[in-house]
Amino acid sequence: MNVELTERDEAQMIALILAGDTELYHELIRPYERGVYKMALSFMKNESDAEDVAQEAFLKAFRKLAGFRGQAKFSTWLISITLNEARGRLRRHSTVRMESLDESPEEGGHISPALLRDWREVPSEALERKEIRAILEEAIASLSPIYREVLLLRDVEEFSIEETAAALTITPGTVKVRLHRARMMMQKELAPKLKNASPRRRWFQWS
Amino acid sequence: MVIECKHVWDYLSDYLDDTLNPETKELVQRHLEHCEICSAILDSTRNIVVLTADDRVFELPVGYSERLHTRLAQEIGSNWKKSHGDSAD
Repeated sequence: MNVELTERDEAQMIALILAGDTELYHELIRPYERGVYKMALSFMKNESDAEDVAQEAFLKAFRKLAGFRGQAKFSTWLISITLNEARGRLRRHSTVRMESLDESPEEGGHISPALLRDWREVPSEALERKEIRAILEEAIASLSPIYREVLLLRDVEEFSIEETAAALTITPGTVKVRLHRARMMMQKELAPKLKNASPRRRWFQWS
Repeated sequence: MVIECKHVWDYLSDYLDDTLNPETKELVQRHLEHCEICSAILDSTRNIVVLTADDRVFELPVGYSERLHTRLAQEIGSNWKKSHGDSAD
């Protein structure tokens, strides 16, 4: 089971790891394996690069562990390392693949949401269906990086506004502005697609 | 005071996070009570936020965790064995 470690447990583990019990590092990072990978995937857009980035991020975090002073949460610190690793790699490969949307204007116009008259909730079981997961992943991947980072931390990782701000070294106000735009872009993109995704009349499936 | 739909949209994200000041929240709430379009937009946005947080989005590649720990063990010289890895054991 994935047992959440408290900050105090983590601080103790980190002290032991620094004192030479390197095996404990495997336990320390276990709750974050998924989050780091997701962050990496949303940048790299393919599984094998994402896995490389995740491995490098965990290694870097280990090597820099002595520099972690508990001024931030371990998770926040780890995510910033992952972000730097992913950004660094994209920059090195930027002659081949440009994140052209990177420069999109932050305060750019108003985003109009998709207008619907009624909205039937999409049940979370819909995620059992591969195509639903795929359209969600695609929509996140299609956001430009400044919005994607914020959405991933806040809505996927469920960091607080403050933790998101700390991980990205931006202000909480900027987090809110970007988050708002990111969510509206997601709504605009996804609501029309998901609207047709609710299973209708499940009891007549066989007909 | 009454606000228009497009102003309500600007507040939806903060409304979901409950970070609006009480007066604005009240205004938005009152608008939502009688505007079915804004309500549908709010519901769809909330639903997307909920679905996005679900762990089934972003599947991990098969063997990811094992490869990660094997690589770490090699590089940091720890004695990690596969048997440590799975919660299933």
